[in-house]
Amino acid sequence: MRKISLLALVLFGALLLYASSGLPGHGDPEGPSHRERSPAGSPVAAAHYIRHAEGDAASPNIVTVVLADYRGFDTLGETIVVLTAGLVCYLILRRSP
Amino acid sequence: MTSSSRNPILITASRLLAPFIQLFALYVIFHGHFGPGGGFQGGAMLAASILMLRLSVGAERSELKFRKSWGTPVGALGALIFAGTGLLTLLLGGRFLEYHFLPLPDLSRAELHSAGILLIEVGVSLAVMAVLVAIYDDIMEGTGGD
Amino acid sequence: MEIEFIAGHNLYWIISLLLLVGLYGMLAKRNLVKKLVGMNIFQTSIILFYIAIASKRNATVPVIDAALGSADPAHYINPLPHTLMLTAIVVSVATTGVGFALLISIFRRYRTLDEETLLKRMR
Repeated sequence: MRKISLLALVLFGALLLYASSGLPGHGDPEGPSHRERSPAGSPVAAAHYIRHAEGDAASPNIVTVVLADYRGFDTLGETIVVLTAGLVCYLILRRSP
Repeated sequence: MTSSSRNPILITASRLLAPFIQLFALYVIFHGHFGPGGGFQGGAMLAASILMLRLSVGAERSELKFRKSWGTPVGALGALIFAGTGLLTLLLGGRFLEYHFLPLPDLSRAELHSAGILLIEVGVSLAVMAVLVAIYDDIMEGTGGD
Repeated sequence: MEIEFIAGHNLYWIISLLLLVGLYGMLAKRNLVKKLVGMNIFQTSIILFYIAIASKRNATVPVIDAALGSADPAHYINPLPHTLMLTAIVVSVATTGVGFALLISIFRRYRTLDEETLLKRMR
């Protein structure tokens, strides 16, 4: 069992190494997520966020604007996940055994 | 850990440090529009200050800062502030979390968005702080330790 | 070309190694707490990978600088992976808390956290 899992780990590591050769280099400004247009021709979100964040929400911090404004619904989901984790801990541990 | 084993240096140092950590956490939350920061980071820092007090001065005395029974209600209040902001804009004619429908006078569209983000950040920081403290309290309760 | 490829990709190899360390902890360790530690290492490697993807040469942090302006996206690194990982870190802390709560619940019932002993006692 231990040998099988180690073998699977080695194979998975080889797969990761092979896949990493297809990624853009670290810090490459021409990487697909940094371009204006994706390889399929649709506009990339990051360039739009950088251009319009300050004008849309009067806040220079782009990460905050993306977190709370453009992706506000996603952040609501994350908050609910955190709250659910707290509730689950309460239900598992505080219930008298 | 019994109370007799507590170190006076630890107690004094953590009591001195805790207000400053909380002050810096508030700065991180409310300055999140203009520099690195925001609700998640500031909430984690608030939780860190309270957990430091829980670990150093003990559960009974750190309950003066944040009661054990407050964890889940304050977390729910934070999520309610978040969802309530969204529902408010929904009721005032906009879409969910469309901040420029918020009922604040004399603000431009972009400034209304800024104010909405601030409301969201406060809700998120309350939820994160309360839930992290509540998880610690529940685990301590579950293992029967102090 | 060869040296450039290594310089651009060695970060991904180190992150893959970290991911494999976490996976090894989850697969091969018998103690459930060690499995949870392995899961945390795994999550950290994923977070590092996203942050590595976000970086851009000759660019600064995603806070609009008045001197640089906001017209050219080449001046700022990609803000989207930072946003995603910001929430992922807090969620990973909360889910780790749930994991420990489950471990405490398991220990209360079976008085062990060893995988083999646990499987024997569950029968």
